Amino acid sequence: MVRVASDTLNSRVPDGALQQKWDKHRFDLKLVNPANKRKFTVIVVGTGLAGGSAAASMAELGYNVKAFCFQDSPRRAHSIAAQGGINAAKNYQNDGDSVWRLFYDTLKGGDYRAREANVYRLAQVSTSIIDQCVAQGVPFAREYGGTLANRSFGGAQVSRTFYCRGQTGQQLLLGAYQAMMRQVGTGKVKLFARREMLELVVVDGFARGIVVRNLVTGQLETHTADAVVICTGGYGNAYYLSTMAKGSNVTAAWRCARRGALFANPCYTQIHPTCIPVTGDYQSKLTLMSESLRNDGRVWVPSKKGDKRPPDQIPDDERDYYLERRYPSFGNLAPRDISSRAAKERCDAGNGVGETGLAVFLDFRDAIKRDGEDVIRKKYGNLFHMYNKITAEDPYRQPMRIFPAVHYTMGGLWVDYNLMSNVPGLYVLGEANFSDHGANRLGASALMQGLSDGYFVIPYTIGDHLATAKLAKVSDDHPACVQARKDAEDRISKLLSVQGKRSVDSFHRELGLLLWDKCGMARNRAGLTDAIGRIRELREQYWKDVRVLGSGASLNQSLEKAGRVADFMEFAELLATDALHREESCGGHFREEYQTDEGEAARNDADFSYVGAWEFTGTGQDPILHKEPLVFENVKPSTRSYK
Amino acid sequence: MSTDVLNLNLRVWRQSGPNDPGGFRTYRLNGVTTHMSFLEMLDVLNEQLIASGEEPVAFDHDCREGICGMCSLMINGQAHGPDKATTTCQLHMRRFSDGDTITIEPWRAASFPVIRDLVVDRSAFDRIISAGGFVSVNTGNAPDGNAIPVPGVKQEVAMDGAACIGCGACVAACKNASAMLFVSAKVSQLAVLPQGHPERNARVLSMVAQMDKEGFGSCTNTSECEAACPAEVSVSHIARLNREYLRATIFAET
Repeated sequence: MVRVASDTLNSRVPDGALQQKWDKHRFDLKLVNPANKRKFTVIVVGTGLAGGSAAASMAELGYNVKAFCFQDSPRRAHSIAAQGGINAAKNYQNDGDSVWRLFYDTLKGGDYRAREANVYRLAQVSTSIIDQCVAQGVPFAREYGGTLANRSFGGAQVSRTFYCRGQTGQQLLLGAYQAMMRQVGTGKVKLFARREMLELVVVDGFARGIVVRNLVTGQLETHTADAVVICTGGYGNAYYLSTMAKGSNVTAAWRCARRGALFANPCYTQIHPTCIPVTGDYQSKLTLMSESLRNDGRVWVPSKKGDKRPPDQIPDDERDYYLERRYPSFGNLAPRDISSRAAKERCDAGNGVGETGLAVFLDFRDAIKRDGEDVIRKKYGNLFHMYNKITAEDPYRQPMRIFPAVHYTMGGLWVDYNLMSNVPGLYVLGEANFSDHGANRLGASALMQGLSDGYFVIPYTIGDHLATAKLAKVSDDHPACVQARKDAEDRISKLLSVQGKRSVDSFHRELGLLLWDKCGMARNRAGLTDAIGRIRELREQYWKDVRVLGSGASLNQSLEKAGRVADFMEFAELLATDALHREESCGGHFREEYQTDEGEAARNDADFSYVGAWEFTGTGQDPILHKEPLVFENVKPSTRSYK
Repeated sequence: MSTDVLNLNLRVWRQSGPNDPGGFRTYRLNGVTTHMSFLEMLDVLNEQLIASGEEPVAFDHDCREGICGMCSLMINGQAHGPDKATTTCQLHMRRFSDGDTITIEPWRAASFPVIRDLVVDRSAFDRIISAGGFVSVNTGNAPDGNAIPVPGVKQEVAMDGAACIGCGACVAACKNASAMLFVSAKVSQLAVLPQGHPERNARVLSMVAQMDKEGFGSCTNTSECEAACPAEVSVSHIARLNREYLRATIFAET
């Protein structure tokens, strides 16, 4: 049985009409006067879109910022790999877009499992993000006349996506990175690269610092501050194979959870429909082919089961363009969760293609015939090149083979409207929080949220905390710091002392496979119950049999991985527990027991219209569920239809 | 897709720390499939090393899709290996033959000191960006995105430069260990766009000054950088950097 807390969580959404909430709230927030800002220090962990933009913007205001990343440079953060684009309600195309429509699409796309007021604010500030990025010199695609170009993206019927060829994330990240490096030059941001956060320091209930490991020297360092901002991305690598960077991990977020921060909706994981299929068991990662390809590519499988003819020999009337068939109004641009499940359904039915039968075609034949190869090359050249490098096949001549893969995680640390967790002074931005995408994220919305949180929300909301909290100075030798450092040290020694037989990667692969099988695109009670038991066993084995060579006193990549996998082993149990408790299907969370006759997700608003935020109570102990009821005052939750 | 299997000899640079002289060690690796990426091949090597009780080879990598710029490696003397416009993580083993000996080294440049094995310190690049590789616009100050039209041609040139992934292959490939391609890519992007104009002179002067301070060598127009660049950044950006630099020395107010 799930242990449920008696109180409900307070989201601190301001009163008033939806359209005025953010404006009014900004007025109500306490300010820190310019001369006092320099007295405050803020720690930002992670330097992706959320962290980079937050660090730059807070430093511009005058706060002292300490920025941390585990990579060798802040520019490596995985936001850089986002391909397709960023949404904004500019309505430059005159096609009927508006703040309200972006809000509505995002809320509906998230299957009515997000907080209305947050989503509305996201849509509101989306337009300022584009302006800010243009001013920084982000080279967005342009029309001949020099105005900004747009394209359409999954889950929307308007063209509101801004892009830089197939590397929008790269350009937006470099914009934020450059803004941050400018502040490094002024001394307002102190940069700590190759540092991994291992503990959160909580003093008298307030987040006041972190313990990091210097990955080059192996030394543990303690950094104190007046607030801590976590921008460390998602936990998709719990599945081992995902489109995330190899280093992406849940450690920073999980360490916060272990210190009392609630972890919300971990079962909301996004399986992206268009990734390059797995080829072998040595495979280390999966590669996304941008959703933007579905603007011109058509998804199909052979109508006959087990049809192994080369695609160009399968005539049109023997092809099943199943997305166009099932969802005529959105067609190939159906949202990600729906497209992924539709691909799985066809493959499970035996119509999949390729050696393993776990793939579908994404075909550009008709687009090339219509627009010519040059036009397609200009739009997607780098993606086609990447596909060719990986598969040695030419997508201009034969259709791509694609299959769904873990790509993004909507769940994350619980935050209120100010993006502050339940631990005062601990803020969580970007993918690391749970706030804006509900149970499914629409394409081109991750970049929007990361930058919205960093450029346009945290600079306002953090001041309110700093102005009102009345914090005493905390030094490195405070008992809470000493304890946190000792906890991190002990864990490192323990990992090094096991001296078992199996490598970290072999455990990680096993955990990933287990999650993918039992808690992937489709889940059910028996599978999840089984998974929880097996995760516990695997975790026990891990601490008895993992082999980490070398020492903690130098660069040791096995040790880094070992710590991350240890946290995935704990976190995975929570993920499965959340999936088991949520007895409905919504967005990326599909429970086989809860589906309509047509195989679509059956949501249960009467019992599950809430955010499920979990309190950690000890490794292997049942967590406590805190509920934040979702209130829809402006949009009536309906059955999501893309037919 | 058929799968072929390769048996390889790997000559790998091992160096326990910055002060260790380092040296090559040779490993035999059997059963490498041609669908593996180069880094997956190294993963397999590391699993073999761990099983035998030897510390795995340290190498930088992250996104493994060719965009983050974290992976590196001189492979048989070529930065990012033999394929054009391809990072090491996107290089696949089908490019090699059974029985090959592959030599794997870190980037070699005084400004990129080795930290361990194949991992080097590229923070010099961050300091160059910090010196001027930005537009000074605080959050919240921006006019409407369409207020300043940018001709498509200029935007394309800017994007060509902006595509740089900051991996350092240009430096590693250059006989002088020059960082001119890296620096020029950013100078060029921001010089071409109207947003970059107010700081145009100061930017190029301070970025070049920082580049020199970091100890990177001079450019002698060999273009090896362009050949090695996985993002296909053209040496025409270096030409623009030189023009910008000349212009700035004549017209700069200070």
